[in-house]
Amino acid sequence: MPSVTEQPQLLEIRDLTKGFPGVQALHHVDFTLHAGEIHGLLGENGAGKSTLIKVLTGVFKRDAGTIRLDGDDIAARDPADALALGIGTVYQEVNLLPNLSVAENLFIGRQPHRFGLVRTGEMRRLSEKLLAGYGLDIDVANPLGTYSVAVQQIVAIARAVDLSAKVLILDEPTASLDAQEVETLFGILRDLRSRGIGILFVTHFLDQVYAICDRITVLRNGRLVGSRPIAELPRIALVSMMLGRELAAEALHRNQRKTVTGEPLVTFKDYGKRRLMEPFDLEVRPGEVVGLAGLLGSGRTETAKLVFGIERADSGQAFVDGKPVRIATPRDGARLRFGFTPEDRKTEGIVAELSVRENIILALQAQRGWLRLIPRRKQEEIADRFIKLLDIRTPDAEKPIGLLSGGNQQKALLARWLATEPRFLILDEPTRGIDVGAHAEIIRVIERLCEEGLALLVISSELEEIASYSDRVVVLRDRRHVRELSGSDVSADTIMTTIAGH
Amino acid sequence: MIRRHLPVLITLAVFIVGYLICLAQFPSFASTRVIGNLLTDNAFIGIVAVGMTFVILSGGIDLSVGSVIAFTSVFLAVSIEKYGLNPYLAFILVLGIASLFGAGMGFVIHTFQIPAFIVTLAGMFLARGLCFVLTTDSIPINAPAYGLITDIAFALPGGGRLTFIAIVMLLTFAAGIVLAHFTRFGANVYALGGNRTSAELMGVPVAKTTIRIYLLSSFLAGVAGIVFSFYTSAGYSLAATGVELDTIAAVVIGGTLLTGGYGTIIGTLVGVLIQGLIQTYITFEGTLSSWWTKIAIGALLFAFIVLQRGLSAASLRTR
Repeated sequence: MPSVTEQPQLLEIRDLTKGFPGVQALHHVDFTLHAGEIHGLLGENGAGKSTLIKVLTGVFKRDAGTIRLDGDDIAARDPADALALGIGTVYQEVNLLPNLSVAENLFIGRQPHRFGLVRTGEMRRLSEKLLAGYGLDIDVANPLGTYSVAVQQIVAIARAVDLSAKVLILDEPTASLDAQEVETLFGILRDLRSRGIGILFVTHFLDQVYAICDRITVLRNGRLVGSRPIAELPRIALVSMMLGRELAAEALHRNQRKTVTGEPLVTFKDYGKRRLMEPFDLEVRPGEVVGLAGLLGSGRTETAKLVFGIERADSGQAFVDGKPVRIATPRDGARLRFGFTPEDRKTEGIVAELSVRENIILALQAQRGWLRLIPRRKQEEIADRFIKLLDIRTPDAEKPIGLLSGGNQQKALLARWLATEPRFLILDEPTRGIDVGAHAEIIRVIERLCEEGLALLVISSELEEIASYSDRVVVLRDRRHVRELSGSDVSADTIMTTIAGH
Repeated sequence: MIRRHLPVLITLAVFIVGYLICLAQFPSFASTRVIGNLLTDNAFIGIVAVGMTFVILSGGIDLSVGSVIAFTSVFLAVSIEKYGLNPYLAFILVLGIASLFGAGMGFVIHTFQIPAFIVTLAGMFLARGLCFVLTTDSIPINAPAYGLITDIAFALPGGGRLTFIAIVMLLTFAAGIVLAHFTRFGANVYALGGNRTSAELMGVPVAKTTIRIYLLSSFLAGVAGIVFSFYTSAGYSLAATGVELDTIAAVVIGGTLLTGGYGTIIGTLVGVLIQGLIQTYITFEGTLSSWWTKIAIGALLFAFIVLQRGLSAASLRTR
């Protein structure tokens, strides 16, 4: 078998640059895709993967750089134009039409017709023939929406390839598939590779990268970190490319890491949800900080959502103080005196138009029910107390929270849950997008909270940070809790090698 | 397969059960006379409902159809009776005006991305206002051509008559079925109703399709207006108020999802016939106020919307 680099260059990107107001999403990125290769595109949040894909498919206009397909300069106007040029994209959430039949989805706009009438029988025959090439034998007259996501994805791939795609972009195609469906998909991708199609494969699952990719390209903060043949790249090297840190010779240890003993406050046994999270065991004791570490998409946020009841578990049991409890909705979580500050403050957390005071008392008020309004004086008291306690920088409690800086918004969100006097608090990326000073303050707050006997579950992508305040760290990979680190094992290096898995 | 057609099958079952109830109480419901009248009396609603089905399938709504029907009848009455225009020429002229009107609404909806609800609401006021500009009186139409056309009818065995306007309605439904299910335009309409963004990404000509959908709806409202003028032999500015709502009700009872993407033309025919059946029953009954029709339609509509909600929730669960 010839090595992939001997194959002709199919897609060549040189010096690609794209900025948005305030952010430089891509800095002079080079990327080459050969015909007949499966090329993994990897990177953490904000690395620039989706910007690169959107520039390629014409959703965004590039600021500078060239894109060549088969040697010709191209500039797609929109995704339909990109498809016409030969670049087809299949997204995680399939963007076909669930209400139309499978056959119509494959042939819309180019249905075989005679005297202005669509030849439905002919269209179905062609569709069956086309899908048979992908090992799919289904009733193509049924609406697409009646089939599983896996089947819909194969239909989307079949459509893109049939519309003369030379380059096929798959954006996290496996995120909602089970193991067997992933195998089927990979079989199809290998087949397409042997037909000379260049496949760009975006995923977070390292096992899948090693199972199917020929080469990988890693982006970080909008810059190219490098492109390597996968066979020459050990996992630990790949993870260090993605996270941007080398293994430190001397590991940094926190001096007084304590081992918290006593009865766990919350216990989860075999807790999980099909297609979302493999069943896991988790215990958190009062006064203990448990960190969740892993790459993006490894199941950190999913774990938090299951624990708080935003997602409903379909296996396992939950216990609080040793007694079995049911956590099916966030209300259940709140009633058990759990608190949750989500990862995306802007869309899931703050209500930007409301004042700092209103944001802080929101959860407490919801807990009491809307009929029992907290008196205004009491509201002001609570707001002032937390503004002082957490040092929220705002001229007064009545300022709309949207006008505050990210760090102060984050502190106000923390205050919202602290006001409900929770026993167990989940913090999802508490330090994301805030400046260094505020960063340190949030960490101090976390440490103080656990001294007061709160049980904490903290998610963070910053390995140094999570290693510094956690008493135990659970490492996740591919939607599984793979290892729990405690005592002297808790270090950024151990976490990184565990993430890499070897 | 069964579940896909469940809404329309339920509509059909409701019609059959309703018909049997009527038949049990009034045996003359079996006569071709009653059936012929059922088709004739609901001809204009049926025609306009075909256009409305396309609009709703695409995820839109057209509130202007009642006003377009009134405008058509007033325009015909004024041009034929006051200005002596040839009726056939007047038909062609008014259909052209109605089509342009619809195309204009479609153009505004697509170009400025304004909800169809608002644009066609404006269209509704505009067309109704134009009626009053033409005349404020009810003008009878006595042109000989009208007598000729209304006399066309097939005698049905048993004394009933299949009138010209009933035939026009049935032909409109036949054409609607072909257009919806056997042409690229039809597939594009369903695609728009399914997911506008996806449809655009898949290369569906969104602008052209949107304009054509509203053109079709207004054109058929024009045809319905002509039929209405045969039916009443007059043009009156206040005619056909609320017809747009009756039509939407017929479409929804016929199994078309108000959010677009799912439904059939044949279901709409059954929906129209159910409304007609209730009206006929109340006429036969004699003691009930005609407003009971509205109450019955309201209850049915409510039941159907809840049913659709339940069905779509069930199909999501079994996925």
